[in-house]
Amino acid sequence: MQRETTIALVGNPNTGKSTLFNALTGLKQKIANYPGVTVEKKVGHAILNGEKYRIIDLPGTYSLNPKQIDERITYQVIAGKYEHEPEPDLVVVMVDASNLDRNLYLATQVMDLGLPVIVALSMIDVAEDRGIKVDANRISKGLGVPVIPMVAKEENDVQQLREYISSHTLESPGVLQWEPGEPLRNAIEIIIEKWIKPHMDVPERAWTIEALRFIGDDQAINLIPDIERQHQLREIVQEARKILEDAGKNYAAEEVLKRYDFIEKCTAGSVHKSSEEKTTLSDKIDEYVTHKVFGPVIFVMVLLLMFQSIFSWAEPFMNLIDLFFIEMGNWMASNLPEGILNDLLVEGVIAGLGGVVIFLPQIMFLFFFISILEGTGYMARAAFVMDGFMTRIGLHGRSVVPLMSGFACAIPGIMAARTIENWRDRMITIMVLPFMACSARLPVYALMIAAFIPATKFLGIFTLQGITFFGLYIFGIVMAIFAALVMKQFIKTDTPSPFIMELPSYKIPKWSGVFQNVFDRGKVFVMEAGKIILGISIVLWFLASFPKTELPDSFTAENSVENVEDNPDQSAQMEASYRLQQSYAGQFGQFIEPVIKPLGFDWKIGIGLITSFAAREVMVGTLNTIYSVQDQEDAVSLQKKLQRDVDSETGEPIYNVWTALSLMVFFALAMQCMSTIAIVRRETNSWKWPAIMFTYMTALAYICSFVVYQAGTAFS
Amino acid sequence: MKKLSDLKNAGVTTIRNVKGPEMLRLLEMGLTPGSKVEVVRAAPLGFPIEVKIRGYLLSLRKSEAECIEIE
Repeated sequence: MQRETTIALVGNPNTGKSTLFNALTGLKQKIANYPGVTVEKKVGHAILNGEKYRIIDLPGTYSLNPKQIDERITYQVIAGKYEHEPEPDLVVVMVDASNLDRNLYLATQVMDLGLPVIVALSMIDVAEDRGIKVDANRISKGLGVPVIPMVAKEENDVQQLREYISSHTLESPGVLQWEPGEPLRNAIEIIIEKWIKPHMDVPERAWTIEALRFIGDDQAINLIPDIERQHQLREIVQEARKILEDAGKNYAAEEVLKRYDFIEKCTAGSVHKSSEEKTTLSDKIDEYVTHKVFGPVIFVMVLLLMFQSIFSWAEPFMNLIDLFFIEMGNWMASNLPEGILNDLLVEGVIAGLGGVVIFLPQIMFLFFFISILEGTGYMARAAFVMDGFMTRIGLHGRSVVPLMSGFACAIPGIMAARTIENWRDRMITIMVLPFMACSARLPVYALMIAAFIPATKFLGIFTLQGITFFGLYIFGIVMAIFAALVMKQFIKTDTPSPFIMELPSYKIPKWSGVFQNVFDRGKVFVMEAGKIILGISIVLWFLASFPKTELPDSFTAENSVENVEDNPDQSAQMEASYRLQQSYAGQFGQFIEPVIKPLGFDWKIGIGLITSFAAREVMVGTLNTIYSVQDQEDAVSLQKKLQRDVDSETGEPIYNVWTALSLMVFFALAMQCMSTIAIVRRETNSWKWPAIMFTYMTALAYICSFVVYQAGTAFS
Repeated sequence: MKKLSDLKNAGVTTIRNVKGPEMLRLLEMGLTPGSKVEVVRAAPLGFPIEVKIRGYLLSLRKSEAECIEIE
């Protein structure tokens, strides 16, 4: 069988690469992670002129000197060094016509790899708006590769590119068209002869670009694992660099300068700018959006609007999903034969999946907004405006949107952290994100505050209850800042965290692209997180349901005599409560009681802590079950039960204001959300980070609760 | 030696030299010696700054702007 022709799409970020990819492949595309890393890989197929092509959309990059994992992947794939990906047969370099010089820089690097190259000159419409006219033919002659002008949104232009690809003879351009000059050429030659040929296993066509990387960048040398060999290479590189230095050149800058010289030669006479550069609409918008005062105000307004919309728009869908899973559970419960399988499916699988899928509308709406913010170019502005504030607390300008969305739910927030390019900034953001008080904490806060915090008035309009509630939110933020500052010391990275960020021109996002993205995110969330959650919920179900105990006679005799007649529901709840107490989870709750006693918790809360690992809001349901409160909706009765519960030996109330505060502090800090664990596992592609997250958050929660309870009871 | 970070108010200037750990990246982004750079505005707390280089907008933190020597 003949191998499919593989076409790689390469380009700077924001050049319309994805739009072109979507146009070429239609819906025949797949998103996956590259094996072993979290960089996304988009692969699709296109039939051009009856022949099938495989198209890969590589992560956007400004250069082939890779700084980040994404960029490294791009380089490795087109250099033919990436073992999971066949070497492409043709590279289409997307070049933004309104920003030619910088975009052509990457193109000249790609050309040096000795692969057939087509330059797709995109955004000629944007360039024309700015008064820039580009002569594609002249650039093509200068570069020595075909240059196709196009607007990726225009079907005609895409069609022209398709024809070009299918009729392309796949000839490679000449390497080093940019004329590196005598000293640099010699330096390249030394490294190829002395190092690359004898020691490296890279295709011959990638030799020059490898050599250039060593000359310009020490990081490339540092990547060699063997110290002995590293030393050997360093000596050879020194020799090569000396040639440049002797000629009075800066070895690190020489390549870049020569490339830009060549590009300027190519574009001279091909680009016509109208004499006066126009103030574009983009510039006018920026005057307000990045303004020192209006900027932050606009940003806060945008966020408020966004989260309000997510909340109110997602709610009906969430109710619908909830209803669907309840109905499905009921249907299965009544249509399957009773037994363990029935229980497992209804209480474990369906309940577990339902608990996850219910977040889907929020996630899709969040990504709808994020796609728009990204697509319009606003996201870069938000990062620009907020960076000063965020760096002061150890984060990055881009962290601000994910963190804010954590107030709704950590899961979409963690997924939104993908917009942070720097690995370390992204990790810290993900790791502190669950401290943002998500909506699942609300039921617990509400119950505890209503039961144990007095409604004392404060300064006229505030109550102690309201202040406690607000305080818990602030507490979460403060802990996130604290954790970020600490983590900054521990998470090391070989790359610094620069903020050399392009502010792209504003544009209207392409709607099909937005919806495609929203759909993809939703799919990835359900498929990947779903798998892990399914497993955990089955385990949790097992722990809470086994061993199956028979109800003792005394139980029925003592507890239900006066209740059963007028309230059969309540007796069912009592049974459930008893069974839960006897289950592994219940036994475990009693087993860990000594551990949680110093926090003011008894075994009943212990079970709650375990079950609420599935999701925080489960705590209230668990306490409900334990206290056999008949109506789960009626929190007041549970509240009363909690207030009245007394120690059978001392007669003292079990719970007081310090228990409540301790519990709320625990809930504010502890990692009790398996969906979050699952999504962190997915986003970081390892169990290491979710394990660290779980450990440090739970430890922090324990310590803080301990301090609150012990100090509280000691002083009162 | 004047640096880009010293250019408090908006204005156009010419790059003389680029140094520091991010030199390669800054050069690659088009901030080459001899090219014109314009400081458009600064973010709320003074940095990052927004500059125009080769017709596009780029934002730089203080540490990067300090590495760019200007005329």
